[in-house]
Amino acid sequence: MSIDNTYEHHTAHHFRDAEHEVESSKFGLWLFLCTEILMFGGLFVGYAIYHAKYPEIFVAGSKFLDWRLGALNTVILLISSFTVVMAIHSAQTNQKKKVLINLYITLACAAGFMIVKYFEYSHKIHIGLLPGEMFHYTGPGAEVAKLPLYFSFYFMMTGLHGSHVLAGMVLISWLIYRAHKGHFGPKYYTPLECVGLFWHLVDLIWIYLFPLLYLVG
Amino acid sequence: MGSGEHHIIPARTFLNVLIALLILTVLTVWVAQFHFGAFNAFIAMFIASVKGSLVLLYFMHLKYDDKLYPVVFFTSIFFLFVFFFFSQLDIVTRIVETSTL
Repeated sequence: MSIDNTYEHHTAHHFRDAEHEVESSKFGLWLFLCTEILMFGGLFVGYAIYHAKYPEIFVAGSKFLDWRLGALNTVILLISSFTVVMAIHSAQTNQKKKVLINLYITLACAAGFMIVKYFEYSHKIHIGLLPGEMFHYTGPGAEVAKLPLYFSFYFMMTGLHGSHVLAGMVLISWLIYRAHKGHFGPKYYTPLECVGLFWHLVDLIWIYLFPLLYLVG
Repeated sequence: MGSGEHHIIPARTFLNVLIALLILTVLTVWVAQFHFGAFNAFIAMFIASVKGSLVLLYFMHLKYDDKLYPVVFFTSIFFLFVFFFFSQLDIVTRIVETSTL
């Protein structure tokens, strides 16, 4: 792994000092996280309404999901959150190689999450467990009325979350590119912190999605 | 803003938080096999919130950072609860009884 050690970050001219720059970046990111919470919030409220009205279809629907795969993905995301934090810690303590190692592990975890999702999705698509009108599953359990509604929630919630994981993979790749250039050290690691915050939010949302979709009833 | 110096939190703290999160994940799966009726969802959401708090406080540094960030973040959480609250009122007083949703 080659790391260029000559880079020095210069504070943008519209900030008073480096501290001002860091705080502004993080504040902006927290505002973005608020919009994320409100976007996912709509789906969670929708889930609450339909779960109150038809609890039985959520119980029946969750039986088609393998909780072991959901639990595996929970563990994968928790570990990746830890490695992001360790990448920041390594930058703070000027261990540039460890920054890279932790970022590569994070990227591998994100890819692992998507691979597990791929297997889950392709199985459901194959047997016809699809949202709304596209639902054409006819095996055991298909007699539950309004079952396609569960899969509308399943695909919307995990799909929106999965697209965030993909976005996170692009951002982490960008961090890896910059870490190779030696951009991150004790004096400057704001992009690590900001992408880290986004990545933890993705983890946070999955912490709620896992019991809501896999373990109901 | 500008509450000062950067804290370098020991790596051990983060490892402890990770271990706690993994134990709570096992707990989530374990309690789901028991049937407490309506309490199941409540217990699952309670454990998820404990896990979420650990992520927010330690991984997202809310415990150590400028207090402006949690104020902003919990404002959005508060309005999410407002949204939940009025939806819930509608669910119990109208939707469950009469709506054809």
